[in-house]
Amino acid sequence: MSAFLTVNSLSAVLHGFDQRVLRSVSFSIDTGEVLGLVGESGAGKSMIGKAILGILPSAISIIEGEILLNGEDLQKMRPADRRRLVGATAALIPQDPLTALNPSRRIEPQITNRLVDILGWSKSDARVRAMELLNEVHIDSPERVMGSYPHELSGGMRQRVLIASAFAANPKLVIADEPTTALDVTVQKQILRLIRELQARHATAMVFVTHDLGVVSKVCQRLSVLYGGKIIENSRVPDFFKGPRHAYSRALLAATPKYTDPDASLLPVDDAVIEAVAAEVLAADKEWRHGA
Amino acid sequence: MKLLRAILVRLATMSVTLIGAAVVVFFVIRVVPGNPIAMMLPPGASEEDVARLTAHYGLDKTIFQQFGIWLSGVFQGDFGTSISLRQPVMPLVLGRLPATLELAIFALVIAVVIGGALALTGVRHRETRTETAVDVANGVGLSIPDFLWALILIVLFGVLMPIFHISGRISPSLELPFVTQFYVFESLFRLRFDLWWDLLKHMFMPALALAIPLAAIISQLLKQSLKETMHLDYVTLSRTMGYSENHVILSEALPNAVLPTLTLIGVQFTFLIGGTVIIERLFSYEGLGNMAIDAVINRDLPLIQGIVIVFALLFTIINLVVDMTYALLNPRLRHA
Repeated sequence: MSAFLTVNSLSAVLHGFDQRVLRSVSFSIDTGEVLGLVGESGAGKSMIGKAILGILPSAISIIEGEILLNGEDLQKMRPADRRRLVGATAALIPQDPLTALNPSRRIEPQITNRLVDILGWSKSDARVRAMELLNEVHIDSPERVMGSYPHELSGGMRQRVLIASAFAANPKLVIADEPTTALDVTVQKQILRLIRELQARHATAMVFVTHDLGVVSKVCQRLSVLYGGKIIENSRVPDFFKGPRHAYSRALLAATPKYTDPDASLLPVDDAVIEAVAAEVLAADKEWRHGA
Repeated sequence: MKLLRAILVRLATMSVTLIGAAVVVFFVIRVVPGNPIAMMLPPGASEEDVARLTAHYGLDKTIFQQFGIWLSGVFQGDFGTSISLRQPVMPLVLGRLPATLELAIFALVIAVVIGGALALTGVRHRETRTETAVDVANGVGLSIPDFLWALILIVLFGVLMPIFHISGRISPSLELPFVTQFYVFESLFRLRFDLWWDLLKHMFMPALALAIPLAAIISQLLKQSLKETMHLDYVTLSRTMGYSENHVILSEALPNAVLPTLTLIGVQFTFLIGGTVIIERLFSYEGLGNMAIDAVINRDLPLIQGIVIVFALLFTIINLVVDMTYALLNPRLRHA
């Protein structure tokens, strides 16, 4: 019960298909800890974050497993209660800062509304808090930014605003869903440092979804490697980079670009490895069916 | 300064539109067959009488001379004299315009309320039977034209369940204290709710007939753009903040999804005003549309011209209002 977030053998299916898209996923995160979820596109890493936040697409539903947030089983709560609890304790840093802000609303209400509407703060307190946060994310002229519309800000600026907004309600859990993928490389670095900084300062538990192992090495303490909706390896980050246990993880790590030897690292993952991991996932499925 | 420029440009384009409409209507109604003088005189009138009357109305001059005379009159505020009613055109037209405006605005309000409610219901219960029901209702509303709706409504609420009046604008037996032609507004202003209710009972069916197809269009487009907006990242993000589905739809999705619908409402509203011509006729509603039909039947050239100019002016004003509202609601356009 010590972990702040515990996910227990969570499975989900896509409507109309027999196969699971999340396959008995289990992990837990303590307060102040950052867990990286890595995998290829379609491995289900974003879906886990969405399942926790309750924003899965309507075509996907959870068929078993539990999500314990601070000891409370989200799956068993009434939808309205769950929404309020998640809204008050968790926050999302979205992938694409260009589409994650409401284009017809100024920045200030986009940060302060949740404080006023959900947590019952006064408007002036929320405003003070928003100013503080914009300072925390190193925005030089918070006053001006608060009065701006999203289209008046750059991508990096918008991601800073979204990070500020995510940390506004002092969340105990932050889910960062590939927060740097849509940004260019120089901005990526700043944003990563910023997320790390705020996470450490607020001692938030964090799920960091990414396909970039380089990012994981900088931000996370532990990581889970996903393939086909199944976690195939859980490791501490230093151990992982010393030598992953699973063949697929090793192949993934080998495929990460290295500045020292750019050509060698651009090899695709070996077919045999893919086949092996796919077979492993199917075997697990068979076992699960028999159990159920 | 920028704003002033924009306004001046708009005014310039508006006047070009109006002059264009004036030219087209002036020449077209003179090219089509039909002689107003023949309509005024009994059969067997002498050629002399015909010639005298033709000269009296200036119809013996060339078409370009006639246009010049009419246009110079228009610039002095004189739109000529109605041939069939023998009164100055503008007071006649302006006397009828308020009735049509009230009808059109009432229809628009009904259309927005019904269409908006249908769209929101469909989105709130998307991918359920409720949405299918909304789609079916939209389909029915769209595929039956307004004048057929008028007949259906007359049968339903005029004949089978006679709860609304099927003809006229107000019951003829009532004493009218009105000084303006805006009866609905003035009756409210004077707190004469008895008159107001009587007006509404007359207006309800024609307005609903005009409103149903527009409501279906609004509902369809708004539902579509709402559904698209509901998938956008900022809507999803607001869900994670603990907002309810209703709040997410109404305050995150709607303000953005409403923009394309707004443009459409503007365009469709001008069609709706065009539709009043037939609908007013069907319900013997004393508006501009009904007058237009009489004017055409009587080949009352000055009156037709006056009505068309007023309609054209109305359309350009509606377009202007739509563009202004659009800019007001969409911050991305405001500084452009």
